[in-house]
Amino acid sequence: MRAPPALGTSLMSEQPKFDAQQAGKYFFRGGHTGWLGLEYVAHGENWVELKLPWREDLIGERDRHVLASGPIVSLMDMASGMSIWQTTGVFTPVATLDLRVDYQRPAREKSAVWGRVECYRTTRSAAFVRGIAHDGEENDPVAHIAGVFMQVSYDPEKRLEAQAENAKTEGRDDD
Amino acid sequence: MTDPGTAELTAYARSLGIEVEGEEGGLPVLAVDFTRNVEGRPGHFHGGATAGLLETAGYAALRTRLLAEGRDPQLKPIGITVQYLSAGRSKRTFALARIARLGRRNANIAVEAWQDDRSRPIASAVMNILMA
Repeated sequence: MRAPPALGTSLMSEQPKFDAQQAGKYFFRGGHTGWLGLEYVAHGENWVELKLPWREDLIGERDRHVLASGPIVSLMDMASGMSIWQTTGVFTPVATLDLRVDYQRPAREKSAVWGRVECYRTTRSAAFVRGIAHDGEENDPVAHIAGVFMQVSYDPEKRLEAQAENAKTEGRDDD
Repeated sequence: MTDPGTAELTAYARSLGIEVEGEEGGLPVLAVDFTRNVEGRPGHFHGGATAGLLETAGYAALRTRLLAEGRDPQLKPIGITVQYLSAGRSKRTFALARIARLGRRNANIAVEAWQDDRSRPIASAVMNILMA
């Protein structure tokens, strides 16, 4: 039986294979993730780890020097997207459908937070991720996350092409 | 009744550009302008920034309600689930929370964010918050 084609493969075949380390250099120059100061840490075949450095103006509580949970969601959202691109090898726009964060405990005072997310499954149109946020010790996470992302298709021509290609695939087990 | 306009925003919220826009039913309506600080893919809100707005509106609503009841506990997040309903475009975005349950130890809060059309939210969230 043939596996379904990975997310986005029909659209961007001319691009070089996505590399989280290289991409991080561009992603974190500006915009929201640049403002947060996200940094690339490591990656594997289907996972990416990023770092959110400690910063005074990202505090989320009165009287306590703990990072707000908003930036942690941003960290995990970004690591999620990058884990998907790392897994599929192609950088196509994805949209977050659903992201769940369960907090086990606050991060330590004045500590950076690391986010490691793996993409454990992709279908033609969706990608599933799970991960942890920790403050230095992976075995004692600050939070667990789970999310679902969808491929965003801009070009109707290309979408039709993709559909035509999909229609040819037999034994599809997604959608 | 506590004035929702005085709801204290966190350093993170102020830094991101979140403001108190007004109030509705005694709870604060928050807003954030589209700037580079919230931009994800070009011309759109980053999902994390949208989540930050939703979450800030949730905390602000809960804090306002608690102060109105003469309570001032420390708030600890247990969980947040964000649903993204449509792309956040490059315009001012609003958020308002509804307190679904307020108990002694925990609160359940539903939040919606919208842009031009209040009836078509761009994202929603459910938050569980522990009060210590």
